[in-house]
Amino acid sequence: MSAVVQDSKLYARRKRRNAAAMVLSYIAAGLGFIALFWILGTLVVKGIGGLSFETFTAMTPPPGESGGLLNAIYGSAIQTLMAALVGTPIGILAGTFMAEYGRGTKTATVVRFINDVLLSAPSIVIGLFVYELMVRPMGHFSAWAGSVALAILVIPVVVRTTEDMLLLVPNTLREAASSLGASRWRVINKVCYRAALSGLVTGALLAVARISGETAPLLFTSLNNQFWSTDMNQPMANLPVVIFQFAMSPYQDWQKLAWVGALIITTTVLALNILARSLSSPRSQQG
Amino acid sequence: MENRPSIQIGSAVASPNETRDALHAGYAEKVSIRDVCFYYGQSIALKNISLPLYEKQTTAFIGPSGCGKSTLLRILNRMYDLYPGQRATGEVLLDGENILSPTIDLNLLRYRIGMVFQKPTPFPMSIYDNIAFGIRLYEKVPKSEMDGRVEDALKRTALWDEVKNKVNSSGLGLSGGQQQRLCIARTIAVRPKVILLDEPTSALDPISTAKIEELIYQLKADYSIAIVTHNMQQAARVADFTAFMYLGELVEFGATDMLFTKPKQTKTEEYITGRFG
Repeated sequence: MSAVVQDSKLYARRKRRNAAAMVLSYIAAGLGFIALFWILGTLVVKGIGGLSFETFTAMTPPPGESGGLLNAIYGSAIQTLMAALVGTPIGILAGTFMAEYGRGTKTATVVRFINDVLLSAPSIVIGLFVYELMVRPMGHFSAWAGSVALAILVIPVVVRTTEDMLLLVPNTLREAASSLGASRWRVINKVCYRAALSGLVTGALLAVARISGETAPLLFTSLNNQFWSTDMNQPMANLPVVIFQFAMSPYQDWQKLAWVGALIITTTVLALNILARSLSSPRSQQG
Repeated sequence: MENRPSIQIGSAVASPNETRDALHAGYAEKVSIRDVCFYYGQSIALKNISLPLYEKQTTAFIGPSGCGKSTLLRILNRMYDLYPGQRATGEVLLDGENILSPTIDLNLLRYRIGMVFQKPTPFPMSIYDNIAFGIRLYEKVPKSEMDGRVEDALKRTALWDEVKNKVNSSGLGLSGGQQQRLCIARTIAVRPKVILLDEPTSALDPISTAKIEELIYQLKADYSIAIVTHNMQQAARVADFTAFMYLGELVEFGATDMLFTKPKQTKTEEYITGRFG
């Protein structure tokens, strides 16, 4: 009889703990949700009013005048694109080394560790690094330097996802392709990449999402430009730095444009994340 | 591991005159496995295996799980070379050439020796490209001829009628049995000399299994086939010769009907009558 009583006490205690853990998880998840929607909501409320046709056709204005964000949008787009074009292939090949050619080797372990360090390195450090590497020797800020700084941020993200995705490709598939006489690169290029394609694309998209909001590395590299410029060798405007500059200013027009810029970036990042999500969903893995 | 005199492991192969009796006479040795040992790192998985694979004959490898039959098959196309720490000693002659030699071109070797795996492994591409993949590796074939080669491979595996209207859709959309026949089609499309089948039907339903066994029987006309199976009835149905392996050693090798009706070794008899394994 006493055993039963003890058991039921134990059971009641477990039940209480279970309930407590569940409630805490719900609260934590709720806090995340609230923060996200608070930010999104504020951005939409403050930003949508300033959004107009002019935003996408006019240059950033001097204080007190009306204008848009065209040069900044263009600058962000081109520098992000360049960074992705440079960083993605390097990241994919490095990830391929770790998952395929160098799998299980010491070199791969060391590269993975360094990559993880790079992945969590503060982006301002990357900005300073490229400042010393390019801006100082060249004598001026440039969009090229900005692209390189962003590319360095792209690489570790892509390396990580590439390695993870290639490790998910079953070995039997590699063996099957090898058994037909395919060389290692052929196996990787024609079979493994294809099998991991949606994952690789997801990695690249997530990397682009990550860099499209980066401010610190651009402050030290491409800086800003009030005027329309497509010269990669010159300083170039970009949304994050414009937001930083305009939001800190005392001018209301500038502050308004900063909200609009923040809304544009956030919407873009959200869209990229949703796209990446839908590409990596199990449904799209088929075929 | 200690010797077990009662089992007389290895004696069947130690005296070739006894095994290569009248039944074996007249068959050409396509592959000669001689004194092969295999190691996973430090541990030995195969001990002094010697046996022939005859030209245009099917040889089955049977034995309990872990006896080394799949390992032996993976030596024949050096598949183990993909993994560090695995190595084989001895000689495996394919048409007189030692394929265990370090100077052999592994890709060319695997091109000549096809392999089908336990789980169907269609590539993530169309049915057509699954078959064209292997052909394109070593041959420059015009489109019209490629179409013919693909169709021929699909017809020989009795898949053509089922897929002829969807050769451009993904191979992953086929059923398990169809996928496995696609893998066999892919293998024979490159016209190998030897085909290795590693438990090709163990993941399939009985009807698909019957189709594949029928296929193996037909393929024998053109290819030398080695099949690993855990199903003794399957070995009896499809194989001309059968090798019984146990604990990394070859216990007995002989004509299938002889091995199943009059096994020379007590261990073989115990296994085929279901007393262990």
